[in-house]
Amino acid sequence: MSETGTFVITGNEAAAAAVRLAGVQVVAAYPITPQSPVVETLSKWVDAGELRAEFVRVESEHSALTVCIAAATVGARVFTATSANGLAYMNEQIWWAAGARLPVVMACVNRALAAPWNVLNDQQDSMSVRDAGWIQIYCRDNQEILDSLVQAYAIAEEVQLPVMVCYDGFLLSHTAMPVTVPPEDLVRTFLPRRAPLPVVDLERPRNIGQVTFADPRMDAEGHLCHGYMEIRALHQAALERALEVIPAVGEAFATRFGRAGGGLVWSHMLADADVVFVAAGSVGTELSVAAEALRSEGIRAGVLGIRSYRPFPVQAVREALEGKELVMVVDKAMSYGYEGPICSDLRAALLGAERAPAVFGTVTGLGGRDVETSDLAEAARRAVADYRAGARRRRTDWINLKLREEA
Amino acid sequence: MTKLVDLPTTEHMLPGNRACAGCALGIGLRAILKALDGKTVMTVPASCLTVIGGMYPISSVTVPWLNVAFPGAAAAASGLAAGLRATGRAGEMTVLAMAGDGGTADIGIQGLSGAAERNEDFIYVCYDNEAYMNTGTQRSGLTPIGARTTTTTRGKREASKDMPRIMEAHGVPYVASISAVYPDDVYDKVAKARGVKGLRYLHMNTPCPSGWGFDPKDAVAVGQLAVDTGAVILYEVEDGALRLTSRSKALAKRGGRKPVREYLAGQARFKGTSEAEVDAFQAWVDVRWDEALRRDAASESRA
Repeated sequence: MSETGTFVITGNEAAAAAVRLAGVQVVAAYPITPQSPVVETLSKWVDAGELRAEFVRVESEHSALTVCIAAATVGARVFTATSANGLAYMNEQIWWAAGARLPVVMACVNRALAAPWNVLNDQQDSMSVRDAGWIQIYCRDNQEILDSLVQAYAIAEEVQLPVMVCYDGFLLSHTAMPVTVPPEDLVRTFLPRRAPLPVVDLERPRNIGQVTFADPRMDAEGHLCHGYMEIRALHQAALERALEVIPAVGEAFATRFGRAGGGLVWSHMLADADVVFVAAGSVGTELSVAAEALRSEGIRAGVLGIRSYRPFPVQAVREALEGKELVMVVDKAMSYGYEGPICSDLRAALLGAERAPAVFGTVTGLGGRDVETSDLAEAARRAVADYRAGARRRRTDWINLKLREEA
Repeated sequence: MTKLVDLPTTEHMLPGNRACAGCALGIGLRAILKALDGKTVMTVPASCLTVIGGMYPISSVTVPWLNVAFPGAAAAASGLAAGLRATGRAGEMTVLAMAGDGGTADIGIQGLSGAAERNEDFIYVCYDNEAYMNTGTQRSGLTPIGARTTTTTRGKREASKDMPRIMEAHGVPYVASISAVYPDDVYDKVAKARGVKGLRYLHMNTPCPSGWGFDPKDAVAVGQLAVDTGAVILYEVEDGALRLTSRSKALAKRGGRKPVREYLAGQARFKGTSEAEVDAFQAWVDVRWDEALRRDAASESRA
């Protein structure tokens, strides 16, 4: 949407609108389903003069992110979008963008990773790069896509880290719902153009991203400069600071735009819940419906949504889950050989907490397997039954799995 | 043609860098930066030049330099150019990508091909030392036939890719073949390329004492012998017209091209090369030399 107002648009259209509103200066992208409509829309706007940006139509995702890295180094506001194997192909540069502390913003339209080929939704792609040092924000609906992408630039430029805004392929990317598109001048006051960093400067030339020793080292003037390990520690510190910056940007957004901006987590019927679903992304909506259904049968269920998966909001989830009986984590990805990634992270976050709940892991919706509210509610009933039977830890429950019976 | 003594005296390389003794790359880079008057931002993927650039926080040059991942030189140069345009700074400096033969012809060829097809606005220099020298002399797609490397212990069986021809086939506005040991020719071609818009590709033969196996004091002599035998041909291509330049032009006019055997004999990497392999190398050189002569004559008659 290149206009202001409330429109019924897809998640991909909402993403493109956010990029236009944010005044992005360089876009580089390569086609992949289900992300392609984002960059098709941006390309169209650039051609029509509605978006004054350089659009670099690269030959691969690796190059797409490399272009963004270099353009961000010059000081341009940049954007790329991808999914699944495209993100995997970028992997080397995912790490580079983060290690170089560049405020690159990417939309990851979540899709299953091959093999076998599958173009439909799960979250294996972005979850697989959780360790790379990007901020990862997961969206529940199309309004959150637009709002989170606008906020992503404010966050990225404040803490000098790349931000990946993740939203579910097809479920959001190709599904139309009402989205309020704010006026461009309002977004520009929220997101003023930052002054270019002096890192590409003929007067003060720098050699950026050099081979860096493990230990600190003197520069030519005798100043001690950081070693690789110090640089990594500062990277971690920036992510920890993002735990404060993300909610602060959300509040500033709410003040400016008159609707909730989103923090580290969100919740639904959490206060008095005994049984809590924990998940990231659009499945939160199904879980909210499932929780309401469970309440009608006497199970006091609620939902805790993870909006910021990296940095992981340890304190927020500890506070939210203190005194709860049972948590059922709903992952749309696996750390193969172990369990769902959110499940592992949540367990670790709760370890040693007072009055911590039991945590049961489930996995759902892989490769676009339909996630029915009734299946989620049934999985919760199984979890509650196991818990009441004394279980405090179980194997991952693969929801709605239909393995063939072998003779 | 600019004489060596007439090159600008301002240096953009600082005294001292981490190149191996006798490495020819410093000669070439020095001339390249002079030709750009120091008004450039370089981007360099993993390669010998990464090391020569210095370890953080020390740099060996006085121009901005962006290190990037191995396959990324051409895309990074595209991004620098786009970023400079987008921030209104395109006129300030020329974008220069410098990658080795592996970073250009092997792992980087996809990104380079894409950038060439888009005719991105930067100068790309492939400094070709004919193997993965930074990682210890493994064969690349530009290692010549017969050469011993740590992964072709009995000599490489295949001839190298003709990268300048590959780039020519992309239709880029300027392609040149240069040698790091002819800095006057390097200077003239980079200075010319600086005034051209679009992707300008220069392929720079860069003798490597440790990888090729010759005495570090002989780098210039080995590089000159490469040109004198026609194993390396100095030329430039614009609008499809190939013109021989510098020493190659003189050889074409006056004759006296030496047998390739003399070039191979001075390098340990060709030690043990069979007569048949030497003949195969000579035949490969002859075909390319004759083709260059034919094209040079054709462009002269056209002009």
